[in-house]
Amino acid sequence: MNAKKYGKIAYDGLITNNATFKLVLGTCATLGMSTSAVNSFGMGISVTVVLLLSNVIISLLRKVIPNTVRIPAFIVIIATMVTLLRMVLEKYIPDLYDAMGVFLPLIVVNCVILGRAEAFASKNPVLDSAIDGVATGLGLTFALTLIGVIREFLGSGSFFGIKVMDFTIGFFTNSAGAFFVYGICIALFVLVTNRAELARRAGKARTLRIPDGAQPLPEPGKEEN
Amino acid sequence: MAATILLIVISAVFSQNFILVKFLGICPFLGVSKKVSSGVSMGIAVTLVMVLATLVTWPLYTYIMVPLGIEYLEIIFFIFVIAALVQMLEKIIEKLSPALYRSMGIYLPLITTNCAILGVAELLLVSDLSGVVPGLEAGISMNLGFALLYALCAGVGFTLAMVLMGGVREKMEKLPVAKCMKGFPITMVAASFMAMAFYVFALL
Repeated sequence: MNAKKYGKIAYDGLITNNATFKLVLGTCATLGMSTSAVNSFGMGISVTVVLLLSNVIISLLRKVIPNTVRIPAFIVIIATMVTLLRMVLEKYIPDLYDAMGVFLPLIVVNCVILGRAEAFASKNPVLDSAIDGVATGLGLTFALTLIGVIREFLGSGSFFGIKVMDFTIGFFTNSAGAFFVYGICIALFVLVTNRAELARRAGKARTLRIPDGAQPLPEPGKEEN
Repeated sequence: MAATILLIVISAVFSQNFILVKFLGICPFLGVSKKVSSGVSMGIAVTLVMVLATLVTWPLYTYIMVPLGIEYLEIIFFIFVIAALVQMLEKIIEKLSPALYRSMGIYLPLITTNCAILGVAELLLVSDLSGVVPGLEAGISMNLGFALLYALCAGVGFTLAMVLMGGVREKMEKLPVAKCMKGFPITMVAASFMAMAFYVFALL
């Protein structure tokens, strides 16, 4: 039961409510950081870390924070997490710190984090919130990295910084290319997930019809009585 | 001096446009740009908060936080200042002009989590003006006047992009669009073409 519940939380965060492709939240970071695959992966992981920590803390404090001041309280918690992350990155990964520039402090106003705090962490227990944070974060990381890989491959002819071809299209490195790739990616993701959902429903309907007249197995709990 | 001011204006409004070139404030750009009129209201509200926020955050950082050596707290301080300003502005507008509040008020709470506001406050924390205005020769030190001018122009650029997008989307409503491209994808592609147009200013 528990595994199923956690699986559903994770599936929702990764696919059904994918922050980048389905809800289209946190777009600024997605567009601004996706010039290279490494940068967008770094951004995704940074957001995941902040999301996990803020979800856990907000979930722990959900009975203490008064309802009327919950939004300012959430923002202060998130801002503190981002400040910590900034210090850690500046000290240990200075390359990523420089590449992220103004987008690092802007993680505070990333709607995904406040959105998960408000919609999930403020209402659910700690473990659920932690799983939700990691799943949402990884869904976002996947989407960002995908856009980063496409833009880097077409725009600078490399894959995670490794040169693979000499042919480059400058369009994909500038801002117009970012909007274009993002738009096309959303369309494809929605198309693929909708198809998969339809196929899954069709499959379910078929399996329900097959056991015609088959006796349902007695539940193990009932036999003991 | 006049050349410097002109360069700041062109840079902040066109060649470094906050939405289409710097990718700041994309959420309201996608969410509130369905009509020209709502784009105008949102744009004016953002510009107002941007200038007010800069008026508070820049002196706060330069004259209080740097001498005290607490620069690392800037994110927490700034977000608090912006949240408080937005709340205050909402109450003031509600009292002074109920009509204005009805047309603009609903956008105000959204502004707290608008990256463009925190973005402009963070971007302006450079000691040299050429740090925010590319193409300007180094050596002109940042001051409150330049900071406010930059914030105002950034807001104007934001409003311009919102209004243009509102116009495009009003027209797009009537067009036949493939089902999977409806909504966000087609808006993104339209934004891409607008970004291309703005990119030309950066080449000048």
